[in-house]
Amino acid sequence: MAKEKTKDLASESYLQTVFRRFRRHRLAMISLVVLIVLVAAALLAPWIAPYDPDAIVGDFGGAPNWQHWLGTDQIGRDVLSRLLYATRISLLVGVMATLISTVIGVVLGLVAGYFGGIADMVIMRFTDMVMSFPYILLVLVAAAIFRPGLWNIIWILGFVDWPGIARLVRGNVLSLRETNFVKGSIVAGMPLRHILFSEILPNTVAPILVYATSVLALSMLDEAALSFLGQGVQPPAASLGNMLNGAQSLTILTKQPWLWIPAGLLIVILVMAINFVGDALRDALDPNSR
Amino acid sequence: MYKYVLKRILIALPVLVGITVIDYVIMCMAGSPLEMMQGPRITEAAIEAKEAALGLDQPVYIQYFTWLGELLHGNLGYSIKSYQPVSAMIASHLGPTLLLMGVSLLVSLLLAVPAGIYSAVHQYTKGDYAVVTASFLGSSVPGFFLSLLLIYVFTVKLGWLPSGGMTTLGAEGSALDTAQHMVMPVMVLAFSMAGSNIRYIRSAVLEILQQDYLRTARAKGIGRFRVINKHALRNALVPIVTVVGMQIPMLFGGAVIIEQVFSWPGLGLMTMSAITSRDYPVIMGVCLLSAIVVLAANLVTDILYALVDPTIRLDA
Repeated sequence: MAKEKTKDLASESYLQTVFRRFRRHRLAMISLVVLIVLVAAALLAPWIAPYDPDAIVGDFGGAPNWQHWLGTDQIGRDVLSRLLYATRISLLVGVMATLISTVIGVVLGLVAGYFGGIADMVIMRFTDMVMSFPYILLVLVAAAIFRPGLWNIIWILGFVDWPGIARLVRGNVLSLRETNFVKGSIVAGMPLRHILFSEILPNTVAPILVYATSVLALSMLDEAALSFLGQGVQPPAASLGNMLNGAQSLTILTKQPWLWIPAGLLIVILVMAINFVGDALRDALDPNSR
Repeated sequence: MYKYVLKRILIALPVLVGITVIDYVIMCMAGSPLEMMQGPRITEAAIEAKEAALGLDQPVYIQYFTWLGELLHGNLGYSIKSYQPVSAMIASHLGPTLLLMGVSLLVSLLLAVPAGIYSAVHQYTKGDYAVVTASFLGSSVPGFFLSLLLIYVFTVKLGWLPSGGMTTLGAEGSALDTAQHMVMPVMVLAFSMAGSNIRYIRSAVLEILQQDYLRTARAKGIGRFRVINKHALRNALVPIVTVVGMQIPMLFGGAVIIEQVFSWPGLGLMTMSAITSRDYPVIMGVCLLSAIVVLAANLVTDILYALVDPTIRLDA
């Protein structure tokens, strides 16, 4: 028996190892399931939403009932349908902003780490500058300037979130450059493109992935905050943040909790699930743990 | 040591100048603040005169150098909206923000340090899982949602606490009154800060607990309590200093939203109204101030490192 088990471990592929380690985190597994369900619901919103999110289908500010599970908003739109579409928008903002900042961070980090010298200094000083801005302030100023809107928010968040990734990649490149396999390729005269993208980058994918999950969580929180302040995704499009915007009015806050509590809870659940998955990924991808 | 500090300040200066340049460029892309003044009561000529008076008819780089020159004379400019000097506006709003920030930072540390250490010492127990889960909750709840929930519970349902502002009309100056107004914003800020701090402190303490000198201490037969409190805690100071250093810039920014929700009369509220009315001199002033605070916090963190950890040497 014991022998078979060791053989199992030996022939296990890298992804299998990662998944085996990941499965040990019960909360992360639950989070993963929750995330899959929510993402599926968001993607399928046009088919599963009971009503058109922008159509007026019920009473003004009607309480939850059998026709409208989560009630209707101030102008009679179905809250559940809007919530599904809002999740879609919020996930879109989070994922796109994370993609943009990851690409920027990876490219700048690779260049700074591999070439060093003046390129490194200029890029790192620029990174310092972006990091020295109080984050939300920068986002708010930018959002006020570039007319709030879905794609502007995505670009702004993408352009603000990259410094962490750039630093991470740079650090990894610096240490990978000293490894024998990279030195070997340099001596063998391999093209630069091959060294950077086929040797260095794959070896730094795991930490980037982990970091990207936290960027995803952060940018979803930021989108919510911006939209809540009215500087983000603009109505009539629903986002999880701007659905909470109405709660700044006292009537909604006190008398119509179904208009803001579900959206807020959904943000908490999404962000928390992403954080848990990221945390378990960090453990699972760590080559030093068994 | 002095040499190191001097060197760091010399490196920070170009970063600071770079930040002001970026600020200025972003703002110039936004268009003229005078657009906001347009209306049937104002003639074209009046706007042009105003433009010339504010120097807005000059090219961007000249405007920037004018601003920089004035800055070197200690003049941050005047608000376009209220005509007050920016420095006076900042000075009058800084107090409430510092009060809110300081208390929140303190409360978050009082929560995070014991919780982080407890959870590291009791790794993989139920208590540890509970603390870590709570800390994830802390960093996953949007501050404004938590604020709304607190207002809903404590103001609307229970009627214990005021929902916003810093003082009650007619009861100004009473410390108790201000404290009552502070409870909810401090709770929100401290909870979200403690969220990330707990995990950071936990992993730092975990690392310390695995060090050889602690194994030696334990092997010598010193009691568990003394090992943790005498040997481990002192070394845990380094990560705690880092946490405080990382928090300061976040505090500065995070307050904008919380101040908005609770109408706390601080820098955040002022900045938000400056942003909506495109009051550039005010925005520039706040950005400059916050950049200085962030850079100074980084520097102080590095120096504190050397103070709490004699093995780090700065003169290298």
